[in-house]
Amino acid sequence: MEWKNKADVAIIGGGIVGTATAYYLAKLGVKNVVVVEKGTVCSGSTGRCGAGIRAQWGTEMNCRLGVAALDIFEQLDDELGLPTGLNQGGYLLVAYKENEFENLKKGMALQNSLGIKSKTVTLDEAREICPALAADDAVGFTYHARDGHADPFLTTFAYLEAAKRLGVTYHRHTECTGIKVADGKAYGITTDKGDIDADVVINCAGGYAQFIAKMAGVDIPNWGERHEIMITEPTEPGVCPPMLMSFSGNYYIQQRPHGSIICGMSPAGHPQDYENKTSWQFATEMSKVLVKLLPCTKGIRVVRQWSGLYDMTPDGSPIIGETDVKNFYHSTGYSGHGFMLGPIAGKILAQTLVGSKPDIDYSMLDYRRFARGELIMEPNIT
Amino acid sequence: MSDKQEQVIVCRCEEITLGEIREWIDRGYDNVNELKRVLRVGMGPCQGRGCQDILLREISRRTGKPLDQVEPGTVRPAVKPIKAGLLASGGE
Repeated sequence: MEWKNKADVAIIGGGIVGTATAYYLAKLGVKNVVVVEKGTVCSGSTGRCGAGIRAQWGTEMNCRLGVAALDIFEQLDDELGLPTGLNQGGYLLVAYKENEFENLKKGMALQNSLGIKSKTVTLDEAREICPALAADDAVGFTYHARDGHADPFLTTFAYLEAAKRLGVTYHRHTECTGIKVADGKAYGITTDKGDIDADVVINCAGGYAQFIAKMAGVDIPNWGERHEIMITEPTEPGVCPPMLMSFSGNYYIQQRPHGSIICGMSPAGHPQDYENKTSWQFATEMSKVLVKLLPCTKGIRVVRQWSGLYDMTPDGSPIIGETDVKNFYHSTGYSGHGFMLGPIAGKILAQTLVGSKPDIDYSMLDYRRFARGELIMEPNIT
Repeated sequence: MSDKQEQVIVCRCEEITLGEIREWIDRGYDNVNELKRVLRVGMGPCQGRGCQDILLREISRRTGKPLDQVEPGTVRPAVKPIKAGLLASGGE
């Protein structure tokens, strides 16, 4: 696309958060938005993620964001004019310990108070939801039918294509190399392809957001943590209709509409090598979990494994809002849930930037909460 | 270009046609990694072994880039599909 030296808003990062933010800004009438992406669209965390979407959260803020994101996803194909691959098979959360089940029920009470219709289910009911399930060692389950998954590639492309139709400029293979700051205000970015002056700069760089922030002299306590994941060949539908997930069991497993089963688990330690490498140990450990939980998968072939970065924060909650450098905004730190929260995050930040009241008051997600010690600890993460 | 040729299946695993690949290259998704993400071409059990050469050639043709300058897609393990049960046994 044609290079513009001047923009109303420059967005760093072409994942779900960057493209959704660009789309909602354009939709709200901001004419000149530029997105720069160092690789290709959704080549970072978005395109590597487990694709889940849920409202079963343990903090009020994440519950509000999660259910608002579901509201968006449910009408997104029509809004963007391209399919997003939404599949609402629910999330079936599995607890293996009494205190874990108590925590899930505590989360459920919070969710129910916010209009999220999650519920506990028995083992028999869990087997109706997921017929292949072998979880005799489970203590209890919670389930929310509106949860599920969408296709991260298709969703991000859909946002980008819709944004481009509204006039957004997109530059792939364009790496941000600096933030222009003067008198405590950001006024543009430098890239390896040229400079762009902009009234507002938004950091949507996922696992690399802390490096981008540093370019403006802003410190955020984020880190990119490598998580591994794998996928099987397509098999008959109905093997795992919901997203099966357990925090103590350390797994999430779901079946894509075309039949492949995707599964992942959190790594031991917190690998921060930024290399997106893979290990045979993961494939072995993950397969053990998969085959134990869904015994009928033992004859299904694993075709591919890869890894991606969780853009972690110390409390597992996102960072959204302006920084000490005026006109420089963050939308990052989604801690492994950027794909599902990206649509609502893009919408509320865009609303703020055009001077409207955001659908959700997200002021508590300000990054200065860490300095103040006001952490928003999210218990429901793997 | 005849309709018949457009309907040729290039990626047999994911059933992607030549026509679909050309359509998306023309929309600007003109490299293997982007086409893979938008169409799932090369993401099935054969991992692109059957279709990547054709894909590279089409990208070269439509963008005018010499074939040896079109980057192949990222290669990911496993080299061959392996049954989950066999992986779970640790190969024992």
